[in-house]
Amino acid sequence: MMFKKRHSLALLLPFALALAGCDAIQEQQPGEPETDDAFASTYQPMPSEPLLIVNATLLTGTGEKIENGQLLMRDGRIAAVGAKLDAPEGVRVFDARGRYVTPGIIDVHSHLGDYASPGVNAHSDGNEMTNPNTAEVWAEHSVWPQDPGFVTALAGGVTTLQVLPGSANLFGGRGVTLKNIPGRSVMEMKFPDAPYGLKMACGENPKRVYGSSGRSPGTRMGNVAGYREAWINAREYLSKMEKATSPDDMPKRDLELETLAGVLKGEILVHNHCYRADEMLVMLEIAREFDFKVGTFHHAVEAYKIADKLAETGTCAAMWADWWGFKMEAFDGIRENIPLVDAAGACAIVHSDSEVGIQRLNQEAAKAMAAANRVGMQITPEQAMRWLTLNAAKSLGIDEQTGSLEAGKMADVVIWSGNPFSVYSRAEKVFIDGALAWDSEDPRFQPKTDFELGIIEIGGQL
Amino acid sequence: MKRIIPALLFGLCAFAAQADTYAITNAVVHTMGPEGVLKRATVIIEDGRITAVGADVNVPRGAEVLDAEGKVVTPGFMEASSYIGIVEVSGEPSANDSRAQSTRYTAAHSVADMINPRSTLIPVNRIEGITRVITRPGNGLSIFAGKSALISLGSIDNAVLDRETAMHVTLGQYGAHLAGGSRGAAIMQLREALEDARDFSRNRRAFENAERYDYSLSRPDLVALQPVLSGELPLAVEVDRAADIEAVLRIADEYRVRVIVLGGSEAWIVADKLARANAPVILNPFQNLPSSFEQIASTLKNAAALHAAGVTIAFTSGESHNARNIRQAAGNAVAHGLPWTAALEALTVNPAKIFGVQNYGRIAPGFDADVVVWDGDPLEVTTFADQVFIQGRKIPMESRQTKLRDRYLAKEERPQVYDKP
Repeated sequence: MMFKKRHSLALLLPFALALAGCDAIQEQQPGEPETDDAFASTYQPMPSEPLLIVNATLLTGTGEKIENGQLLMRDGRIAAVGAKLDAPEGVRVFDARGRYVTPGIIDVHSHLGDYASPGVNAHSDGNEMTNPNTAEVWAEHSVWPQDPGFVTALAGGVTTLQVLPGSANLFGGRGVTLKNIPGRSVMEMKFPDAPYGLKMACGENPKRVYGSSGRSPGTRMGNVAGYREAWINAREYLSKMEKATSPDDMPKRDLELETLAGVLKGEILVHNHCYRADEMLVMLEIAREFDFKVGTFHHAVEAYKIADKLAETGTCAAMWADWWGFKMEAFDGIRENIPLVDAAGACAIVHSDSEVGIQRLNQEAAKAMAAANRVGMQITPEQAMRWLTLNAAKSLGIDEQTGSLEAGKMADVVIWSGNPFSVYSRAEKVFIDGALAWDSEDPRFQPKTDFELGIIEIGGQL
Repeated sequence: MKRIIPALLFGLCAFAAQADTYAITNAVVHTMGPEGVLKRATVIIEDGRITAVGADVNVPRGAEVLDAEGKVVTPGFMEASSYIGIVEVSGEPSANDSRAQSTRYTAAHSVADMINPRSTLIPVNRIEGITRVITRPGNGLSIFAGKSALISLGSIDNAVLDRETAMHVTLGQYGAHLAGGSRGAAIMQLREALEDARDFSRNRRAFENAERYDYSLSRPDLVALQPVLSGELPLAVEVDRAADIEAVLRIADEYRVRVIVLGGSEAWIVADKLARANAPVILNPFQNLPSSFEQIASTLKNAAALHAAGVTIAFTSGESHNARNIRQAAGNAVAHGLPWTAALEALTVNPAKIFGVQNYGRIAPGFDADVVVWDGDPLEVTTFADQVFIQGRKIPMESRQTKLRDRYLAKEERPQVYDKP
């Protein structure tokens, strides 16, 4: 939570900010960030008006379902949720008969903006493949806000997403959590006060990328040595900062170590690309050795084999519904991975890692749910909805703000044309902080990126 | 002994009957033929074929009866462009024959003799209702990838049902890359190959006596192109941009060859021309982003627009390991305007028509018994197959994945490498 205070202060009192700024300069310690609001979120919610949704089937994201329910959005927040609300006089009412209402979908693993469409060489900005440890790079500095994929994801009900660096490196860099709204810069899209993520990667990718050019790591054991070396350095960096009694004792500021130290301080969340069960357990052991937490394993194709361990350590697993076999470490994928992790009491998430998959995460969850129910597990749609919303919000450290239909939370809400776990349903209306961001029936609420203007229409728009 | 023999004989007879004859009763049968949808119908399967379908059908003696309890029955589905049978792990060149990186063969390159009918991908996909696939070769150094084949996912001994289903050529962006950097070069490579193949067929003797000019392709490649020139074998051209599709149609017209458009992200723009040329399109219904400058006009409505214009369409999921997701792809096409029945046709009778597959794609007497009993609407993401039959064989509903699942579902005290007895 690096810029929480500054952000709200800046909005409130320019005068106080000036004073605070002076204080900050005087108190600036070498080794501390120059300013802790560099690249701060400048996100402003779009204009909204109060709306009461009635006669809806609500899947709240907390595991509950309310039939014939109502939801009131006001001032960008969810004001109330329930069977029958005391709605204010004259509030606009939307009759959602036959429709489902859910929290906005959250994708914890996206590369939108970093690998933008069209996928030309010039848009390949997701992997800083120059060193196995590039903890110093930030995915947000590659985000092209004009990626048309943001809009197609919005049409799939995605209101929040984490953009991560790729998996070529042991430490890929910082990930960033975005609100899925149009912005001229990434700062305008950044989810206010969301913690940063650190992308780490296990397995085949780092050892292939570096081993093939004769560098370390070239093996899985080389990977592990690489992680441990980096954490030793980070511990030392942090310890020097903590022990410093005068500014002269502070270590020189180091972007790479700053990010790793952020993890050790619990401010930056670890998002670890890792497929195999045995490797995930090794990573948990490294986390124990250096006293940090792996927040979420991503891809986690074999998470079902260690679901008990994930539950024990409070580690989330973000998974595909059915991807398998495209590489050796994905050979043991099964359809029931997500539900088995959930059933063990661990935090299960559906993620995309794909500009195609992100458009229908609801369908991915549906496949996993139905496969589980065929083998006697009993997963209801309201339970499965957690995989797409509240659990994802927990993984990103934003579950206090969004991820469920609960009073006081951001009004990130989707009205589906029918059951979201049907292939035929679509996100009819998508609200972000109470503002209508997408409407499948109204072209005025179907944003077009700059890129699309005057280029797609050439062939004639359908 | 006397008492045992009759029982044994009876057992053998019962086994023989069970192996060959099935009756699926009380089903909602989508016949994909003029009979349309039959309710409370029975499907009889004997010796690999469907022998009777209808409401008033007698169940033969000794048939194993499967009460569908009102569930949907359709023909098995067909993925129209896959690498099934020639890849285990995509990222491992040692376990992936879909890329002939540096072969000197081009048009003669064929998948028929490299199909592995014991591939792990086959059970994973067939227990979800995919019963047949077209397996195509990937490109090496040439725009010609070679010949695809029709594969049954239900047979070890006779997996390859048709050794030559199409000649595969890649144009567009990737074809341009293969041909030296421009679309013009790729088109020229195609023209030169067709010209050479034609000249070869007219001057074989002169060629054998080394009295012809040098051809651009090797002898086996020229031989492989003959059925294309004669119109027996279609040319499946991988191409996305509308303008590239138009170029393909011009060449098809000029050389009198049959073409199939594979990919066709922008095909909807030239739907009328495709319909007039009677050129089918195999597409991935998920393709909707401007993923490249040849897919700028991609849209989820591609399938619906092509169908409305009268173009014959079939689907590819774009993946081999998950060819099973072709149903979801079809469902999404329906969600974006394709009639439901048209989507089912695109998974059955249309690919049969495109690749000249006989006796597959319908539930009708005389057709191969590729039959699936579904637990719901087959295009719905929450639906799975209850039972799959492929060429009359009742498929065990198991795969490596179901075995992994069952191992980890079981709570065992012993280490998990010991299975339950």
